[in-house]
Amino acid sequence: MNILKLLSNNFCRATLSKVIASLALFSIVAFPLASSASAQIAVRGETVWTMAGEPISNGVVLVKDGKIEAVGTAAQVRIPDGYRTVNAKVVTPGLIDAHTVIGLNGYLNQPHDQMALDGGASIQPELRAIDAYNAEEKLVEWVRSLGVTTIHTGHQPSALVSGQTMIAKTTGKNVDEATVSPLAMIAVTLGQAGLGGQGRSPGTRAKQAAMLRAELIKAQEASKKSEPSTDLKTEIMVRVVKREVPLLVTAEKAQDIITALRIAKEFNIRIVLDGASDAPLVLDEIKAAGVPVILHPTMARPGGDRENLSMTTAKKLKDAGILFAIQSGYEGYVPKTRVVLFEAALAANAGLGKRDALASITIDAARIIGLDSRVGSIVVGKDADLAMYDGDPFEYTTKCIGTMINGRIVSEEAR
Amino acid sequence: MRKLLRLVCVAALFACPILGQQQSVAFTNARLIPITGPEIERGTIVVQGGKITAIGPSASVRPPAGARIVDMAGKVIMPGLVDTHSHIGGTAGADASGPIQPEVRLLDSLNVRAASLQRAQAGGITSVNVMPGSGHLNSGQTLYLKLRDNAVKIDDVLIFDKNGKYMGGMKFANGTNSIRAGGGSFPGTRAKSASLVRTQLIKAQEYREKIRKANGDASKMPPRDLAMEALVEVLEGTRIVHFHTHRHDDILTALRLQKEFGFRIVLQHVSEAWKVADEIAAAKAPASIIFIDSPGGKLETMDIKFENGIALEKAGALTGFHTDDSITDSRWFLRSAGLAVRAGMSRDKALYAVTMANAIMMDLQDRVGSLEVGKDADMVVLSGDPLSVYTNVLETWVEGNKVFDRSDPKDYLIAVGGFGAGNDEGTDHIHCFDGDIGGEY
Repeated sequence: MNILKLLSNNFCRATLSKVIASLALFSIVAFPLASSASAQIAVRGETVWTMAGEPISNGVVLVKDGKIEAVGTAAQVRIPDGYRTVNAKVVTPGLIDAHTVIGLNGYLNQPHDQMALDGGASIQPELRAIDAYNAEEKLVEWVRSLGVTTIHTGHQPSALVSGQTMIAKTTGKNVDEATVSPLAMIAVTLGQAGLGGQGRSPGTRAKQAAMLRAELIKAQEASKKSEPSTDLKTEIMVRVVKREVPLLVTAEKAQDIITALRIAKEFNIRIVLDGASDAPLVLDEIKAAGVPVILHPTMARPGGDRENLSMTTAKKLKDAGILFAIQSGYEGYVPKTRVVLFEAALAANAGLGKRDALASITIDAARIIGLDSRVGSIVVGKDADLAMYDGDPFEYTTKCIGTMINGRIVSEEAR
Repeated sequence: MRKLLRLVCVAALFACPILGQQQSVAFTNARLIPITGPEIERGTIVVQGGKITAIGPSASVRPPAGARIVDMAGKVIMPGLVDTHSHIGGTAGADASGPIQPEVRLLDSLNVRAASLQRAQAGGITSVNVMPGSGHLNSGQTLYLKLRDNAVKIDDVLIFDKNGKYMGGMKFANGTNSIRAGGGSFPGTRAKSASLVRTQLIKAQEYREKIRKANGDASKMPPRDLAMEALVEVLEGTRIVHFHTHRHDDILTALRLQKEFGFRIVLQHVSEAWKVADEIAAAKAPASIIFIDSPGGKLETMDIKFENGIALEKAGALTGFHTDDSITDSRWFLRSAGLAVRAGMSRDKALYAVTMANAIMMDLQDRVGSLEVGKDADMVVLSGDPLSVYTNVLETWVEGNKVFDRSDPKDYLIAVGGFGAGNDEGTDHIHCFDGDIGGEY
């Protein structure tokens, strides 16, 4: 619709037939112009959730050079001439998926597109996510069309130390264009999912802890040497013990959560808890440790180490004052990826409320992945990442009608 | 201990008026969604003996004398949901011995105490087709259940037809799930899959012919063959085929087999329905579809779309939805209707697709699927509009008995999850419940 509108505005003197004849050309020329990073766009929303204060009724967000130029009510923010105007019922910051594996894993679920786990060894922190990320993966496009603009993705929680994670925008033709942060965290899995399988260690929870501790002790010793280690594994683990890189510790059962906190304390390292189904059983301990939680998807299947998961855990984390985000997580079958918009919606209904559910997939997710200075809220100077909807974002029947990343509209298909 | 608890429960049942049996109950002032008629803004529904005895606007429907009145102002009542495809109850059908095992019955497999049955009740599901899996061309006989409460044994949840026989369908599958490379007697290709199924159905035709020729003479009857007996029911149309199929060409293969052998079919999953919706409608084949939060997960579902609902509606095919629990969780079955509407399906057809359409697909249309006089009193009480994420199932009723009550801590635990919710023995043993019932209720 926007192309036609532009055409009719800009070329009103041209005859209709000329316009139609030129349509193919203009759709190539006009669209990139309208959506290039330098374009100036005004997004008008009946409700604008900035996540930096109260939602604004009848709000305007001005976008220039890929950044938020201004935000406020229509009365406060005048739309300058030459700005393309986009209208939506509701506008939110671009959504942030605090933990996924898409881009490494693909939607076909065939060996050639499943790159989030190398089964060759139990401890492989040297595996970089950037060497596997497929920016053109269909699942990336899918979540982008549902408002997701930033993902924390990487190696999946299926080995004791499966590899590194990275942060990407859900745009770009290749990993370099997409990457925001090439190294975010190291993925560690405690509990059943982190066992070695088929006679390989770790075969028990205690062995998991022993192996992880041995690795951290090795890194501690290497960090004391004057020469930096040239061993890839040691090199990256040294950054962990230096508190430069946090561990993303997937731990569902209470004993695994407590183990993660114990090891974090022993080595004075930074960790982020992931999954954390049993968090309601150990809220005080998590709170005391000051560790954030990237919570399992609300609609995750109960069973195994997740037998106790609850839709109300998000609310309990909020009530306890623990910083948390809601993730899409890792899926081995269908759906091949979950969508944080959908997962937060059910948490909103399960006591969390609309505002906090939205925070869990925007500003709070940004805080946990260390990117809140750039994304997660609609604030002047931040990246112009926006999601637009034709109603309450969480309603099943509401569609996401547009997604903007770095000031460019990257999705306009209503979905 | 559990037995003792059960005794106490039974005693309690007798002590209280048994709603399903004698006293009539009138639910008044609710917004009623009868499915087969227009919504009633402020309506009354009267239930007695497990059946609906009256329904209409509260202004015109008078509760009978002595009826217990339950004021449902502000709430929405719709028929109990019907799920055409589920795997609740921890079942397993056919084993690895061969690709076609129609003699295998889920009747001999299902655990009525499974937590998954309680989760289905919490989702408002009252009737359900529980199926064996799709790893075989034919994995056995499915089972139609009513999710009655306090079930001790499988008999307590069965649905019986007019002849007193418990009801169920037959599970067929094509595509990749039942193909096994180097799998012995299992097919290695799609063409082989079809030929194996055709071979068995031709054998069943011959078996049926022998029975016909025997004309009631026991001495001339063929030797009993459990597989053939079940397939004869398929050929006779007394056992509906629920055909797992995803890709457009597999869907057409299922329809081709249906045409050749004349069995009654319900297409299940139908992930590429949008590509062959006209063909499905032309074949008058009902389609039961599923909503998955992202495409893919396997090659056959790379093109699955939320738009399957509207595509089938436009084509005029009878369209239902299913959970395929645990692929999607029974507690959020209504969400399927919401997603269908999101992608363009009409509200009426989407609500029909979680109730009446599915009743038709299970030959239960005279008993369930809508709020009509004479039908089973299977109902869901909702806190708001059925298509809203902010709506919760408050109560589920089966045949006039409340089987789920969100205000009961034990049921609430099932509805939202939490410590002990996954226990197959139910939540009676949990003595310390959360105090946070309701959320936004």
